[in-house]
Amino acid sequence: MSALGAQVQTITRQRDKTHPRRINFGKWGTISLFVLPGMLLFILFVLIPIAKAAQYSLYDWDGFGPLTEYVKFGNYDRLNDHKPFRSAINHSFFIMFLSLTIQLPLAMMLALLVGRGKLHGRKIFRMILFVPFVFSEIITALIWMYVFHPGEGLANVAFGTLIPGFEGQTWLGDRDLVMYSLFAVLTWKYFGFYMILYMAGLQGVSKELEEAARVDGANELQVLRYVTLPLLGSTIRLTIYLSVLGSFQQFAIAWILTRGGSPANSSHLISTYLYKFGIKTFRLGYGSSVAVVLFTISLLFSLGYQRIVLRRDYAD
Amino acid sequence: MRSSTYIPSPTTLKIRRGLSVALKYTILILVCMIVVSPILTAILGGLRTTGEFIARPFGLPTKGIQWENYTNILEDNIFWRSVRNSLYITLASTAFTVILSSTMAFVFSRIQFKGREVLFNILSLGLLFPLGIAILPIFLQIRALHLTDSYWGVVMPLVAFSLPSSTIILRTFFRAIPPELEDASYIDGCTRIGFFVYILLPLARPAITAIATLQVIAGWNEYFLSLLVLTDSKKWPLTLGLMQFQGDHATDWARMMAYVTILIVPAVIFYLFAEKYIVTGLTGGELKG
Repeated sequence: MSALGAQVQTITRQRDKTHPRRINFGKWGTISLFVLPGMLLFILFVLIPIAKAAQYSLYDWDGFGPLTEYVKFGNYDRLNDHKPFRSAINHSFFIMFLSLTIQLPLAMMLALLVGRGKLHGRKIFRMILFVPFVFSEIITALIWMYVFHPGEGLANVAFGTLIPGFEGQTWLGDRDLVMYSLFAVLTWKYFGFYMILYMAGLQGVSKELEEAARVDGANELQVLRYVTLPLLGSTIRLTIYLSVLGSFQQFAIAWILTRGGSPANSSHLISTYLYKFGIKTFRLGYGSSVAVVLFTISLLFSLGYQRIVLRRDYAD
Repeated sequence: MRSSTYIPSPTTLKIRRGLSVALKYTILILVCMIVVSPILTAILGGLRTTGEFIARPFGLPTKGIQWENYTNILEDNIFWRSVRNSLYITLASTAFTVILSSTMAFVFSRIQFKGREVLFNILSLGLLFPLGIAILPIFLQIRALHLTDSYWGVVMPLVAFSLPSSTIILRTFFRAIPPELEDASYIDGCTRIGFFVYILLPLARPAITAIATLQVIAGWNEYFLSLLVLTDSKKWPLTLGLMQFQGDHATDWARMMAYVTILIVPAVIFYLFAEKYIVTGLTGGELKG
């Protein structure tokens, strides 16, 4: 890399000496050399596929041969009528709702405990709390399949010890429980990520302001409510954004823990539904309509949220 | 905000502070236990026999430590093949992400030209679509480009989807480097590319390491894309290999947990060394100490 750099440097230096008027060409040369490859890759693998999905969603297509069977909005009508899809949408929103109301506050509380202050060993706590972030979703899912084992898995043993008379649960097989179990696993995996973001935000909160509020007689909760949290506003708004988008793209953990939406397709998220009913069965036109619904939800949310909420954070 | 005129005595204050510290430790230790115990359970699971597991899924090894669970996997060529495949995908996607995002960030932060903001905004659109949301369209595109069963079919989308965030992070870092430095290096006879390679990149090393670290994690843990793109099991990375293993040994919990442990150990070691960079990458360098 650096050898190549040196070569490029001597070549360009020579050229600049002999043709001083070519400096402008050098500028556009650099721009195209530096920007075009990345931009091409981005357009080829991000923008074009997304645009094409909208087209595919209007066809009945098994993924082979040309698009011939134009069905207009037929795929969307079928989606709307399919019960597992509706429950998948509900589940994705349910996971999103729990993430915002439980996962983020938990992350905030822990960030306040270990993010600053003089607590001994806070760096060790921080390291432990953040560990699950590096595990792959597959490892996470398999570990928790073991924990949720319906016999004497860790979950049943722990609850059985703490709560006398607790009856062992089938955490992943019970359709009333499975979404909560899934949410617990997602929280275990991802709260550390949000905690780290909050800790970064806390570094920007001035200690003098908090001290001033204390001098004025505010108790700790009031300092938190009226000084610290408002000053963390931009970080909180960012984590809400990431958390909502993250909830809609969960796949691997849900797919493995629910064994593909079981029992009886009652535990799908949008992405697992897409995989089972669109990709595995080669109904790619139908699957594309699921993808378009997914885009539309994220796009409307992103644009709306950026316009209304994030706007003031990035006015530079 | 004054809630009362009651002023507590110094001793009550001290007791209160002590109580609050105790409460803080209790919460932290409790949460850390919840975080760590599933991992420890899995590791313990790999040391026992499946017979012990069926009798009591959660417990200590009673029939001696079952090293065969590990040696069986470590002596298996399929395991090492998937290690190699994972390394390919991880290294290639990390290298391309670092090269492409740093060059783009250089232009977007340092060279003025017409249409720059338009291009940058197009790139920022990528932040709206995480990889997991666009998986089916990407799969179709990879098929159309005849990249199925090729590592490129996994690496290219991984890189493409990481470009927006990594370019934006690097652009912020590059912007913070004073323009005087650039002018001085030009006066000393440096070219644009020379300035980028010899001055900007070394100065931005913490940010670049951070981006590379995040990409290593993303590449190593990638699953959904490989699942769709790589149908030839000889090309499967560890994530798919683990799922294959799970399918073949669905009832053999001990061996599965041994496999999981073998993957956890390097992940934790990597984490211990790279934690600082992960944090820098996620927070744009705001979090210190």
